[in-house]
Amino acid sequence: MVANTMSNVTTDVRSRKIAAVGPYLKSFSIVIVFVVISAFFAVANEYFMTWLNWVNLLRQSSINGILAIGVTFVILTKGIDLSVGSVMALAGMIAASLVTSTNQHFVLWAILAGAGTGAALGLVNGVIVTSFNVPPFVATLGMLSMARGMTLIFSDGRPVPNLSESFRWIGGGSVAGVPVPVLILFLVFAIGWIVLSYTTFGRYVYAVGGNEKAARTSGISTRTVVASTYVISGLLAGLAGLVLTSRTTAALPQAGIGYELDAIAAVVIGGTSLAGGRGSLVGTLFGALIIGTINNGMDLMGVSSYYQQLLKGAIIIVAVMLDQFRK
Amino acid sequence: MRSLSGAGAEARDDAAIGLHDQPLLVAEGIAKSFNGVPALRDGRLTVKRGTVHALCGGNGAGKSTFLNIVMGLLHRDEGSIRIEGVPVDFRSAADALRHGVAIITQELSPVPEMTVAENIYLGREPKIGGLLVDFPKMRRTAKQLLDDLEFDVPVDACMRDLSLAQVQLVEIAKALSYRADIVIMDEPTSAIGEHEVHILFNALKRIKARGSGIVYVSHKLTEIFEIADEYTVFRDGRFIESGPISSIDRNHLVTQIVGHEIKTVEKGQPNEGAPILLEVRSLSRGSHFKNISVNVAAGEILGIYGLLGSGRTEFLETVYGIHAPSEGEVFLDGKRVDPGNPKKCIRQGMAMVPEDRKDVGLVLCGSIAHNIALSSLALRAVSGFVRRKAEAAATDRMMRLNRIKAASPHVAVETLSGGNQQKVVFARCLLTNPRLLICDEPTRGIDEGSKQEIYAFLREFAAKGNGVLVVSSEAPEILQISDRIAVFRQGRLEHVVDGRETSQQMLTDLAS
Repeated sequence: MVANTMSNVTTDVRSRKIAAVGPYLKSFSIVIVFVVISAFFAVANEYFMTWLNWVNLLRQSSINGILAIGVTFVILTKGIDLSVGSVMALAGMIAASLVTSTNQHFVLWAILAGAGTGAALGLVNGVIVTSFNVPPFVATLGMLSMARGMTLIFSDGRPVPNLSESFRWIGGGSVAGVPVPVLILFLVFAIGWIVLSYTTFGRYVYAVGGNEKAARTSGISTRTVVASTYVISGLLAGLAGLVLTSRTTAALPQAGIGYELDAIAAVVIGGTSLAGGRGSLVGTLFGALIIGTINNGMDLMGVSSYYQQLLKGAIIIVAVMLDQFRK
Repeated sequence: MRSLSGAGAEARDDAAIGLHDQPLLVAEGIAKSFNGVPALRDGRLTVKRGTVHALCGGNGAGKSTFLNIVMGLLHRDEGSIRIEGVPVDFRSAADALRHGVAIITQELSPVPEMTVAENIYLGREPKIGGLLVDFPKMRRTAKQLLDDLEFDVPVDACMRDLSLAQVQLVEIAKALSYRADIVIMDEPTSAIGEHEVHILFNALKRIKARGSGIVYVSHKLTEIFEIADEYTVFRDGRFIESGPISSIDRNHLVTQIVGHEIKTVEKGQPNEGAPILLEVRSLSRGSHFKNISVNVAAGEILGIYGLLGSGRTEFLETVYGIHAPSEGEVFLDGKRVDPGNPKKCIRQGMAMVPEDRKDVGLVLCGSIAHNIALSSLALRAVSGFVRRKAEAAATDRMMRLNRIKAASPHVAVETLSGGNQQKVVFARCLLTNPRLLICDEPTRGIDEGSKQEIYAFLREFAAKGNGVLVVSSEAPEILQISDRIAVFRQGRLEHVVDGRETSQQMLTDLAS
């Protein structure tokens, strides 16, 4: 026992050091990156640091942020959801069809229909992944195409314009100077954070992603947990679709193309591991803010959108490289 | 040279006198610290030609650090390593391999989609004209290699289709194919059955007759006494003692490894009239096992002994509900257990310590607290929310009870030693207040001190009127802890014997 105790003392000291520095470094580093990027743009452009610009920046980041929060749940279980861009288009389209000048319903029905569409498509993803053992990449890639197809069929390839004023408030309104989309983002973040940190479901999400077999042996219904994350991702994609449609004041059949990539980028920049089991919503939120800041800052500096694409890709890779380096 | 009484003796004599008087490997005063914390203070090892040298020590004694330094995977802070008198300082495992030092680790690294031959010669395939892979030659040499070692593995088989034991044999063959002078084996038998161990030991004897030196690391003392010629003990990162294995007994070795004498756990007195806790009625599952009926009484430890592939693990997993049985029923406390549902089994009072703690036992990246609470979260939660205070108190209690040594409950489990990791698995099981504990190889890869702690714990647990169902491939372990032993052979229950009246020989005879 002496040998054991002694050797454990040495490992203890070592792990204590890691334990003490690790989490702080982890949660701070993303904030530091955010501050550095912001400082750079603040120096480069005087308008960047104004209140108006920040409100604008937050509003621009809100849709990606909402999507990314949903995708974080899926990625934590070692999955991926490529369908969110298409799902948001279909959800937005269905919601919009209920609030046009010719077919005007109460706005709540539109919201429920949009969110419900997202959740339903998410459930389909979840069932395909868990019950039929289709790899998440393939299942959601299929859904990416199917949801886009359904959007085009439903709309006959035409936009749905003339949305009711109350519906347009979701994307364009504001409460006490804060845009509604930003409020929705923070609300979604707060709920998501509580779910992941304080509920058994949140624990199970991390456990299933960390080691599915161990989770199953511990008596967790791993299928239900995994399928639920796709429902959450779909639901939030539906919500993001409502915000997008409302902001553009018309449902466009080609809306949301490529949005899944920005959402996944935000999750990855935020430090959530694609291998599952590690990550946080705080990271994802800042990941989305970093992407938003880069877009916004470069717009202000008049950088051409061609270069913006190039730089954004490079920044994503560098962010993850730094993360690997730190490990 | 004296008379030739056998190849092994010849090689040994060769080493003792004559040209090869020089030891193969001499390492002295090896020290290594991580972040200022010494992991190894004074590592010493002298390996002679034609010997198997057992390197012994508890978890965290510094063996792995030492071996990693010898292999060039870590850089030493102090000390010297000489190979046949020449000082060396390897920069990588490949560098070490070029100098005739090969290592076989616990971590297997096969490419599952490739054949056995392709795996053995991965990265050094024989070529035609330096461009095309010479597959026929590769097959031939691989077959020759496996035949020489008497490993029964088909060279054309896909690695994916092999059993774990066969994969391990291929990895061993691969390391030996380098014709290394010094072969380091780190727990080579942790994943293989007794039959394969026998084959491996025969191969080792041939390798050592060739004049190579083998460094053998294992927690299984029985094996060490069977195969080793010499031994070295490390404790707390220091060299303790070294000598020929024939000069010591098992007790002495354990005492040196642990640092003090260990009392072995006494068996309890089985209570004749104890009620039946677990009743398994003619349980079958496909081709894995057939028609198994067995009982565990309250207060009893039932050991299950069988070779790899005897269906013992599948049986345990089916009782626990990980798999649904094709026939038969399980009753706990007289109540029928819902088949194929671990969640309900836990609620009914079962808990399982699985065979491979890294693969199925733990969420390695999760914290100690989260792992301990995993099974019982739902039992304690209020409408889906984790009761954090209750959870903190429970994990704290469990960590003290199981003597889990860690800086804090929030440390990731992957930073713990094997023994402590296993205690976390036990803690998770206990927190659900089980009546029946199912353990599959509960002491695999764990040092002798922690083993005895686990035996004592199991005995104590049973004494409270609970039941234990335990599988082990180590006959001495099964004999030490079990009240009764069920012997499995090829998916069938062959015998149930009394743990006190059975010898190791009897047990292995019944199982094979």
